[in-house]
Amino acid sequence: MSSVLLDARAIAKHFGGVKALHDVSLSINQGEIYGLIGPNGAGKTTFFNVLTGLYHPDGGELIFAGEKLPASAPHKVAKRGIARTFQNIRLFANMSAMENVMVGCHVRTHAGVFGAVVHDRRTTAEEVAIRRRAEELLHYVNIADRADDLARHLSYGDQRRLEIARALATDPKLLALDEPAAGMNGTETEALRELIEGIRKDGITVLLIEHDVKLVMGLCDRVAVLDYGEKICEDVPAVVQKDPKVIEAYLGGSLA
Amino acid sequence: MMGFLASFEALRHDKRAAIAAIAATVAMGIVLAVFPFIVGSALGNSWLRIVDFAMLYIMLALGLNIVVGFAGLLDMGYIAFYAVGAYLYALLASPHFGLHLPVWLIIPAGAVLAGIFGALLGAPTLRLRGDYLAIVTLGFGEIVRIFLNNLNAPVNITNGPQGISGIDPIHLGGITLAKPISVLGFTIPSLHAYYYLFLVLALGIVFVTIRLENSRIGRAWVAIREDEIAAKSCGINTRNIKLLAFTMGASFGGVAGGLFAGFQGFVSPESFNLMESVMVLCMVVLGGMGNIPGVILGGILLTVLPEVFRHGAGPVQMALFGKILLDPEALRMLLFGLALVVVMLYRPAGLWPSTTRRREFKGESTDVLKEGE
Repeated sequence: MSSVLLDARAIAKHFGGVKALHDVSLSINQGEIYGLIGPNGAGKTTFFNVLTGLYHPDGGELIFAGEKLPASAPHKVAKRGIARTFQNIRLFANMSAMENVMVGCHVRTHAGVFGAVVHDRRTTAEEVAIRRRAEELLHYVNIADRADDLARHLSYGDQRRLEIARALATDPKLLALDEPAAGMNGTETEALRELIEGIRKDGITVLLIEHDVKLVMGLCDRVAVLDYGEKICEDVPAVVQKDPKVIEAYLGGSLA
Repeated sequence: MMGFLASFEALRHDKRAAIAAIAATVAMGIVLAVFPFIVGSALGNSWLRIVDFAMLYIMLALGLNIVVGFAGLLDMGYIAFYAVGAYLYALLASPHFGLHLPVWLIIPAGAVLAGIFGALLGAPTLRLRGDYLAIVTLGFGEIVRIFLNNLNAPVNITNGPQGISGIDPIHLGGITLAKPISVLGFTIPSLHAYYYLFLVLALGIVFVTIRLENSRIGRAWVAIREDEIAAKSCGINTRNIKLLAFTMGASFGGVAGGLFAGFQGFVSPESFNLMESVMVLCMVVLGGMGNIPGVILGGILLTVLPEVFRHGAGPVQMALFGKILLDPEALRMLLFGLALVVVMLYRPAGLWPSTTRRREFKGESTDVLKEGE
């Protein structure tokens, strides 16, 4: 039994009267690829936003690597080792691909105003290391040739890859991907699957929201299904696929 | 100064380019050194004063550029920090309180105090962006001016609308810049001496800005401008980084303000009205937001152009019509406004935008660029 990396306990989030998340508990093990699926509006992205500190939960707590995660402090969450991508890509559009990844290194580096102005030895070394790391990551996600292009000029698939590279630059323990395959064609999705598998091999745990059922079932070790803000199922893909509640949630009651 | 910037960039890339750059820097240095003598003898002292003021405005524009250009926070009350620096100098080196502290103490103190004011302005506005931030900062600028206007009762601190006069001129190591200085048989007139001092400080600010831009801090500023939520998720403490932008920007304004007080010998709240904030903002936007050479160009043009119109409008009308039809003073702002409109129509990214912004406005793809090159 592998150790638990993230333990979400009874997470609740309401928007007015709408219960976007209702006592959702799930635990993600170290080193696994964990899928979070559900129909539109099930609360998947809301869970991501609570997890990464963009929303303040109305109940429950998140235990990450043995310690409680701070609520509504995204930069602290990043520092603790959770990185994310966004459903609708949020790159720094007018910065180059390289710079985007370099920003990702921010959280693991320390140079302040003094260092920036004076260029002391530590800052210079740090800056070189940032640049090298960013180059590595662009290679890793296979867009090294676009390093100097503005993020907004990359193709859709490359933008998704760049966002992953930027997230990896924060040196995460857990990488949370919000619909990374959305809008991708078959070839791109296949390349994405390889990329995610590679990331897991490097020891990073992956939490994946995805609509592409084939991708989720082929890639994930375990899957949780959300419906109307509640977790209705959590198991290995083969079991989840056959679960009557899941089928009902996706296809409607009468067909089940 | 542009040569200096270009050379600085080149130095980091290529050896041969570096040699050319050093040559360019030396040439630029000579031009900058003899420039006041050329202006002084060709156009007279009033123009040299304008050149000195242009230096101050360059410093202001570079400071505001950190807030508006880099971090993308629209600040409409920037002149308040200039006022803080100027009044601090005026209070600490004038007969008003009978204090005559040395310049090397007051100017850094002005930078620090303005920086604190910058943080004070930044703190309550952290959640605001765009129009809302503009309105709050505009209010802040006006509050500072109104305070300066009214802090003459019950205790007279700022001397109210009369302002503070008789401010000590800037003096360095016992040498006052108010009188001609003779060095090795040369005589450097006062306005020239101020020019050199301002030039050195402006170059210093340019240097600091360039270093900041190409650093972890500078990238964080731009990241916040581009997408605040993504920046947070990348682990950027947006609160601190924004406050840092306000503080750094304000401290440049404080330095410029102190120099202004010493140069002018007189400060009053009138000098720090909304129009001045707008003017500095125009320098940043018009020159090319976020691009240091562009902002410098904006600072120079927007200081010099109104004066050109002021001095030129009369003689040109005399030559054309034989009499003065329109008051040059009124015509000046009219022409100036027209110039602004024309620039924004034909160069919406500014006169000298950064390569990034130029592409952004044209909306062209880099692939096209590559084929063209």
